[in-house]
Amino acid sequence: MPETIPADSVGLVKPQILAFDTPLALDCGRSLSSYELAYETYGELNADASNAILICHALSGDHHAAGYHSEEDRKAGWWESCIGPGKPIDTNHFFVVSSNNLGGCKGSTGPMSLNPEKNKPYGPDFPIVTVKDWVRSQARLADALGIKQWAAVIGGSLGGMQAMQWAIDFPDRLRHSVVIAAAPKLSAQNIGFNEVARQAIMSDPEFHQGHYYEHNVIPRRGLMLARMLGHITYLSDESMRSKFGRDLREGKLNFGFDVEFQVESYLRYQGQTFVEQFDANTYLLMTKALDYFDPAADYGNDLARALEQAKAQFLVISFTSDWRFASKRSREIVKALLDSKKDVSYSEIVAHHGHDAFLIPIPDYLDIFSSYMDRLKVGD
Amino acid sequence: MPALRPELRIIADWITPGSRVLDLGCGGGTLLAHLRDNRQVSGYGLEIDQAKIVQAVDKGVNVIQTDLDAGLTEFESNSFDYVVMSQTLQAVHYPERLLEEMLRVGREGIITFPNFGHWSCRLQLLFGHMPVTPSLPNTWYNTPNIHLCTLRDFEALCNEKAFHILERTVVDHAHQTSLPMRLLPNIMGEVALYRFQRR
Repeated sequence: MPETIPADSVGLVKPQILAFDTPLALDCGRSLSSYELAYETYGELNADASNAILICHALSGDHHAAGYHSEEDRKAGWWESCIGPGKPIDTNHFFVVSSNNLGGCKGSTGPMSLNPEKNKPYGPDFPIVTVKDWVRSQARLADALGIKQWAAVIGGSLGGMQAMQWAIDFPDRLRHSVVIAAAPKLSAQNIGFNEVARQAIMSDPEFHQGHYYEHNVIPRRGLMLARMLGHITYLSDESMRSKFGRDLREGKLNFGFDVEFQVESYLRYQGQTFVEQFDANTYLLMTKALDYFDPAADYGNDLARALEQAKAQFLVISFTSDWRFASKRSREIVKALLDSKKDVSYSEIVAHHGHDAFLIPIPDYLDIFSSYMDRLKVGD
Repeated sequence: MPALRPELRIIADWITPGSRVLDLGCGGGTLLAHLRDNRQVSGYGLEIDQAKIVQAVDKGVNVIQTDLDAGLTEFESNSFDYVVMSQTLQAVHYPERLLEEMLRVGREGIITFPNFGHWSCRLQLLFGHMPVTPSLPNTWYNTPNIHLCTLRDFEALCNEKAFHILERTVVDHAHQTSLPMRLLPNIMGEVALYRFQRR
């Protein structure tokens, strides 16, 4: 934890777990007979439960979106920049729910959880889950929390895709959908990067076809490579240049293959720390959910038709230097919303941070996000 | 609710209640907010300036960050009743193309621009200077206005494009009209307002 918790933080938070016993049918044809969802909440639910906001996380995110878990916690939740008192998602007004997606590795049922049928962890037998499955499971969480209709469902990247899917699948259960740094579906290039990440994991000798828990190992090198590759796609050429340039760790070339450039050191560090915190099977599942996401597919490949039944109002935000999900991908979403005559506002924020920009407190971004959220505020 | 800029009031009066409007260069969304609150109008504003987009979002107006020089390709043909462009034509790179786009996307176009044929512009040119007037306050080296025209020029273009002018009003910079303006619009009018459609 920092010296003192900043006044604009939600402060100390505690994850909670809800168990569900009604089977959840999944897109892949299988179902989960029972499952748990880990989640956190920030702020207070008002009397008529009209101020609730659902936060959806991205590939490697989890339910810990804001605040600190303990006094010793050095890092706040992943969206501390946008969630808290006086921030765009203002916890003085909103009751914020952030859940860990099914298939995750941070508390919700996933590959590391016990498979009740086999009395050992699911491992690679955990069913492939989709964005639509997540949305269905989140709707049950809303039921359990007594939330009939979200004031907004909000997410960045893969989280933005969930926010969009929510508006399509449960039109009456949200008033606003905020879709940040997302895309209507992945491009061949996006899928290509995901495939390289998966191959890195699956070709690690310690992967054991996904049964590595039983061998008491983790496919460390593979997951590290996957994360290093992913990390490059989250940054921009410009941000890497300004962060590292061609700086050398020891100030000179050593004519060897050890770490020489600062960027190498950074990527290795990112990869190594990630391996300690994340499960390889979950990583595989999350990349598949991304690859499969295509809400238009159910509607004759016409995104405007898919969005036609949506009743929510939309805010779509993209960032100039994001090349993973570039602005033109967000504009595809906007065009479909315009064609289906939905209420939508769109802003392309000038930022050099690449895809990661949605996590960063960029003033223009916070301004428009706050303005939009202000108009959602309901009477206290 | 602050009073509407007189020019926008004239535009608002031209718009049939309940219609769909696309506002090119919507600024802070004042016109659309007024039309929504008073004339049950729905629609979108297009704007490039981030600060103005935030103002429009504050008003609850739908605003899409757009560079008008890139055209209106995101909009389907005949998807709006009116496409409005107020005090923006003179600052875009391809006015001719944009005017055609306005009438592709909308049933009617509504446009306003500063009249370069106004007597004070003519007078300043006569003395060898680029005009600086209340409706054209910038000097030649810092003006965003790159495609200035007179009423006569605009009407000639409409004629060439087979646009039918449904209504025309000229006002001064305080948006008042007067008898001389009605008699000699291209000399006395400072700001021109047109409503037009395809012939």
